[in-house]
Amino acid sequence: MTQYRLIVNGSEQQVDAWDGDMPVLYALRNTLGLHAVKFGCGLGQCGACTVLVDGQPQRSCLLKLADAAGRTIVTAEGLGTPEKPHAVQAAFIQEQAAQCGYCTNGMVMSSVALLARNPKPTREQAQAALAGNLCRCGSHDRVLKAVARASGQREAS
Amino acid sequence: MSPITRRQLLLQGSACIVAFSWAGHAAQAQPARGALPLDQLDSFLALQKDGSVVIYSGKVDLGTGHRIAMRQMVGEELSLSVARIEMVEGDSALTPNQGPTAGSTGVARGGVELRQAAASMREGLLALAAQRLGTEVAALTLEDGRIATSDGRSIGAGELMVGQPLKLPMNPKAPLKAPSRYTQVGQSLPRPDIPAKVTGRHLYVHDFMLPGMLHARIVRPPAVGASLQSVDESSVSHLPGVQVVRIRDFLAVASTDEWAAVRAARELKAQWSTVESLTSHERVVEWMRKGPFAADEDLVHKGDAARIVALRDAPDRLQATYYWPLQSHGSMGPSCSVADVRADGATVWTASQASHRLVAACAAALGMDASKVRTVYLDGAGCYGMNGHDDASVEAAMLSKALGRPVRVQWSREEELGWDPKGPPQLLELSARLTPEGRVDAWFTEMWLPRATANLAWIPLLSPAAAGLPQPKGQSTGLISQNGDPPYGVDAVRVQAHWIDGAPLRPSNIRAPGKVGNTFAVESFVDELAARAKADPIAFRLQDLSNPRGREVIERLAKLMQWRTRPSPSAGAKTPAARGRGMAYVHYKHNETFVAMGMEVEVDRDAGAVRVLRVACVQDCGLMINPDAVRAQVEGNILQTLSRTLYEETRFDRTRVTSVDWARYPLLRFPEVPRLDIELVQRQELPPLGAGEAAATPVPAALANAIFDATGARLRTVPFTRERVKAQLAT
Repeated sequence: MTQYRLIVNGSEQQVDAWDGDMPVLYALRNTLGLHAVKFGCGLGQCGACTVLVDGQPQRSCLLKLADAAGRTIVTAEGLGTPEKPHAVQAAFIQEQAAQCGYCTNGMVMSSVALLARNPKPTREQAQAALAGNLCRCGSHDRVLKAVARASGQREAS
Repeated sequence: MSPITRRQLLLQGSACIVAFSWAGHAAQAQPARGALPLDQLDSFLALQKDGSVVIYSGKVDLGTGHRIAMRQMVGEELSLSVARIEMVEGDSALTPNQGPTAGSTGVARGGVELRQAAASMREGLLALAAQRLGTEVAALTLEDGRIATSDGRSIGAGELMVGQPLKLPMNPKAPLKAPSRYTQVGQSLPRPDIPAKVTGRHLYVHDFMLPGMLHARIVRPPAVGASLQSVDESSVSHLPGVQVVRIRDFLAVASTDEWAAVRAARELKAQWSTVESLTSHERVVEWMRKGPFAADEDLVHKGDAARIVALRDAPDRLQATYYWPLQSHGSMGPSCSVADVRADGATVWTASQASHRLVAACAAALGMDASKVRTVYLDGAGCYGMNGHDDASVEAAMLSKALGRPVRVQWSREEELGWDPKGPPQLLELSARLTPEGRVDAWFTEMWLPRATANLAWIPLLSPAAAGLPQPKGQSTGLISQNGDPPYGVDAVRVQAHWIDGAPLRPSNIRAPGKVGNTFAVESFVDELAARAKADPIAFRLQDLSNPRGREVIERLAKLMQWRTRPSPSAGAKTPAARGRGMAYVHYKHNETFVAMGMEVEVDRDAGAVRVLRVACVQDCGLMINPDAVRAQVEGNILQTLSRTLYEETRFDRTRVTSVDWARYPLLRFPEVPRLDIELVQRQELPPLGAGEAAATPVPAALANAIFDATGARLRTVPFTRERVKAQLAT
């Protein structure tokens, strides 16, 4: 067993693991109980496991635990709560931008990262930023409206 | 609306219901409620001492909004705020068996039953209160859990049952509230599950953990139907805590450490027999034409039969063949389930849309009496039909029994796309001719379909089959032969199904089963006939459409799209970036929801790329309980079916499915999402008809018709890949 130190949602966490190649997804979900991080493909293709690593959106299913050590990770739990949601989460709630919701936390994380670098994205820019996040229920249009709302823009519908 | 907890319920007490557990953590400590007959109102509803209500729903919320809509339906009849209504879904020990959540029946049947239970409860409460207060029922009002007289006396609804259980019969004739008095039904109240879903707090079956639980992975054979010859357990002995389970051809690994289980599934060395049992996706059409056939069936045969026969040799007949491929449900979260099997009973946490039906499958695999098996529904990733959830649940049960501990089975992406049961292929050949006046004279649809429709076929679950364990029959692909005839007044119509024995891959129901492919063919072919008649596609449809609700959605669509009356293709059909518009119409199952769907597209003739610029839709699904939730379903139907039409085909060779990741089974992505203009017709006085499926069905034909309008090329095979579009443009 090796001990890895992560900074997750603002607090330092120790994760013991026998294999440093383990994707950090399993540490977040099983060791730290952060279930916003969803297993969707394990291939970096769907975005359901997206977290912010040092502020950048990354696929936690591809990031090795050993490579995550010492870095700052934010999951959807670290943004807000149902009672006090983050502005992006609040916009998703207002737009009712989820059906099954399985992909939603990944979309929230990608949207937060987008708005950090581009506070007033156009619809096309938001579409490009979310190109790596798949949704099967078809909540896309609402997600785009939520991004517009969170950026203080009202999207013409 | 916080999730109800067992403790809260115990504290509140209830003469109707003892208690239950929201997440099932303490489920086994809870007594089952016993038989829950559909004619007893307390099967569906429990009144709490404080006047709040718990709904017990056999149908579940698959991300579809039932969780709010059903509260609204019950709350309306009881004049009770949705905030004071909790809901338990799909727990086989606590909820009545209202059938699977399928076929767009959640609100239309499940919700309507709950509404009647609530009306019965209202009637019963008022009668009891009249006795207690010494007054007439007519003088009483029920509001927010209290019953009041006009002279200012009142009693809490919950107080009426003090000292006696509230055993009220279901009254199928209990009067419903007049739509003019609705305060909740018809309102777009927010869904209660979304705040937790977007903040990572919502409990999915994937997140459910039990003390001492093992994480398991199934090791699938390299070829469908291969048998397991040998396993080298030492190949995974370097991984911590890994146990290997083998039951005949069923092979799995488990460990307390999930990553160890993942690695073990990859690294376990096993020898399998070599088999080539599949047809391969390229040869499905050939297979369908050849049979063997189980039966031919005339689904529709009306009007002058001689005119149908005359079609065969008519030189002026139009004939076309359409193909819909095998497709995967493509759930974002691979199937998952947790089971705890003990000597005296089993509990299975499942995201199956048919949690009640699943009891029999688990019981058979476990060799346990069904009365000892409990299934507890937890949300999964959207399934849109029977995906791998049922398989995963029975697998978790088998492994928990074998290992003597709770087991969580998590499928991989490769398993979900490779091994979920597939939407079956559909081949349709249509022929028709026009009258001299440009109307449809006679119409003949022939369809080739795997015979795996309701109650006919046995769709085996993977692992009981591999392990040689018994399993019940009764899975179905849904009514895949509906909507094979045009919804317009054609005098002579025949629809004949050629039922094929077997299926290229294990078949299943996928959203609007069969009706997507059938409507694709029928509404494309109607467009072909309109073009032959040199008629505007909308005018051509309306000339023989008598149903006023059907006419209304089409006429409103024409307005919404600013539709210019002219025949297709458009005059600009030869330009390199060709633009066009098309539409399609469906009367779902010929007796449910009405949808008119329109598309505007741009086709890059050189690249063969189709870009959908705008989708317009008008839907009438009767009474809408929650219009925003209906709108979400329509959006989902449109975008999911665009994805299925543009990109999706399950590919397989002679041994196995090869389209097993999102690169090889691509979905619609954000940059391709068009503008959506949706108009919903509210029909307060009419029954709700269901919104989960109908709007999926006209999407492919609307798209094909728009591409035809833009280019003059007719696409009759799905998906509309660039290669296929280019090839069609070249002809």
